[in-house]
Amino acid sequence: MATAAAPLLEVRGLCKRFGGLVALDRVSFQVREGEIRGLIGPNGAGKSTLFKNIAGFYRPGAGEILLAGRPISGRPPYEIAGLGVVRTFQETTLFQELSVMRNLEAGCHLHASSGLFRALLGLDRERLERQRQAAGRILDFVGLRERRAQLASELPLGSQRALALGIALLAKPRLLLLDEPFAGMNPAETAHMMELTRKVRRSGITIVLVEHNMKAVMGLCDFVTVLNFGRLLAEGTPESVRRDPAVLEAYLGSAAGGTERASC
Amino acid sequence: MNSASRRHGWWLAAAVLLPALAALPFFLPFHRQDFMIFLLLDVMLVVSYRLVTLSGEWSLIHMVLMGCGGYASALLSKRADLLVWLSIPLAALLTAAVALLLSFPLLRMRGFYFLIGSYAAGEAVRLAWKYFVYPFGGPKGLKLIPPLELQLPFLEQPLSFVEPIPFYLLLLVVTCVSLLLLYRLEHSRIGLTLHMVHWQPSLAEAVGVNSWRYRTLAFACGAFFAGLAGALFVHYLGSINPNQFAIGEMLYILVWVIIGGTRTFAGPVIGVVVLSVLNEIFRQYDEWRPAIYGLILLLSMRFLPDGLESLPGRLRGLWRRRVAAAQG
Repeated sequence: MATAAAPLLEVRGLCKRFGGLVALDRVSFQVREGEIRGLIGPNGAGKSTLFKNIAGFYRPGAGEILLAGRPISGRPPYEIAGLGVVRTFQETTLFQELSVMRNLEAGCHLHASSGLFRALLGLDRERLERQRQAAGRILDFVGLRERRAQLASELPLGSQRALALGIALLAKPRLLLLDEPFAGMNPAETAHMMELTRKVRRSGITIVLVEHNMKAVMGLCDFVTVLNFGRLLAEGTPESVRRDPAVLEAYLGSAAGGTERASC
Repeated sequence: MNSASRRHGWWLAAAVLLPALAALPFFLPFHRQDFMIFLLLDVMLVVSYRLVTLSGEWSLIHMVLMGCGGYASALLSKRADLLVWLSIPLAALLTAAVALLLSFPLLRMRGFYFLIGSYAAGEAVRLAWKYFVYPFGGPKGLKLIPPLELQLPFLEQPLSFVEPIPFYLLLLVVTCVSLLLLYRLEHSRIGLTLHMVHWQPSLAEAVGVNSWRYRTLAFACGAFFAGLAGALFVHYLGSINPNQFAIGEMLYILVWVIIGGTRTFAGPVIGVVVLSVLNEIFRQYDEWRPAIYGLILLLSMRFLPDGLESLPGRLRGLWRRRVAAAQG
């Protein structure tokens, strides 16, 4: 693996404010190639905002985001996807009205799209064939072969998440951003999704995930980054973070803070 | 799946329908021939409009884009003395270019804002035709627009396409080719990408789709075929004026598409054919026509909210239930 080279993802002094609210305050961290990184923190800590900044859905207020040493901040999402950063969504975002296979084919856009005239003249057959093959490979990878003709809306939650992951994989990411991939899952589905995530890493893709399911985070991640009130609170291996007094306080304190906020 | 058999069905339908459609005007009186011509033009309009709706936008400028094609071809052939056979495709391309230009301000907006924005832009263009006497002829428009003619070696006189039957046959060919191209486009990778942009814009962007580019593509391609229809129309009629492209005409396109249904390619075609034929049948009850038309709209919205395209499926469901009830 790349040891001496630049980290795959580097976030430097990232700031983002919404009006008077400071969502991210000088956040800096690095993710090495091949890592699974967990991003945790109480609700409202800025995890999702950070994700949206990295994936280009928000424009950072200040600071820089570098992918393998190249700045990517400020570009639109589709360009960032083209550079190899692909995100998934918190709510299971799929084409509910399309079949599993068609959903996967949709994910192939970056590598199978062709121009207007090729499409009109039917010169895109070869690309469509490549698209079908790529989709078929991912179909096996995420274990949805038997369900390929089913509509996405008919799938159970675990399979829907696997499908969403498959769509993201078809954009051939170097860095995959998973937004709460385990939310709402039962233990069996969680275990399956964890195994799938490890498989993705083994295929050479670096993963950053936002997650509230601590069991999954602790079992899966090499390193964990903790955010609180938009600031970097702690960073380290799952064990060290779990024992960090600042982290413990943030989680307990935020529970109190949460009720305060809810009451006003 | 049975997409192959469905494709066979299409080809079979085309093989029966096309010769029938080509022969039809020979058995019709003059005013019915005219009706068929306008029906084909309207088919081109709704099907090109469908491309815009595929990207998730409803526009109110489509009729004006048709007018752009008409004015462009009229001006090119009348004032610039360009051969009509050249001015028509050129006008279609120009219409696409106009749409491309308009897409910079318009496609920054989405949904309702785009709808209103497209209406405003359309009216601006239309009123420009109305107020600039040179070159557009003002409210009276342009007249004496050169017709399409074809010099054939075995005819003394050139074949003139102001006669309904030759024009109808030419239009039938152009319409079929346009429909084929638009059908291909919808079922190509581009069609899938437009579906993505329409239904999950964030997911589309996240996997690398430049949604603005695809919405522009749909808008400009739709404009090309609307412009083509407009350019053909103007050389048949020999005149053009701004009122032909007013918002009232645009509303017809919306009604046809909505009543026909938006899920399938055939939906808008079914809508325009059924409603136009009904409108023609009730021609003799002229004063009752708007009321009858309105009633049909209300009934179909109430009982067929998914459009006329959903009727065969519904009947099949009804039949199956009947059979099940009879057996049970």
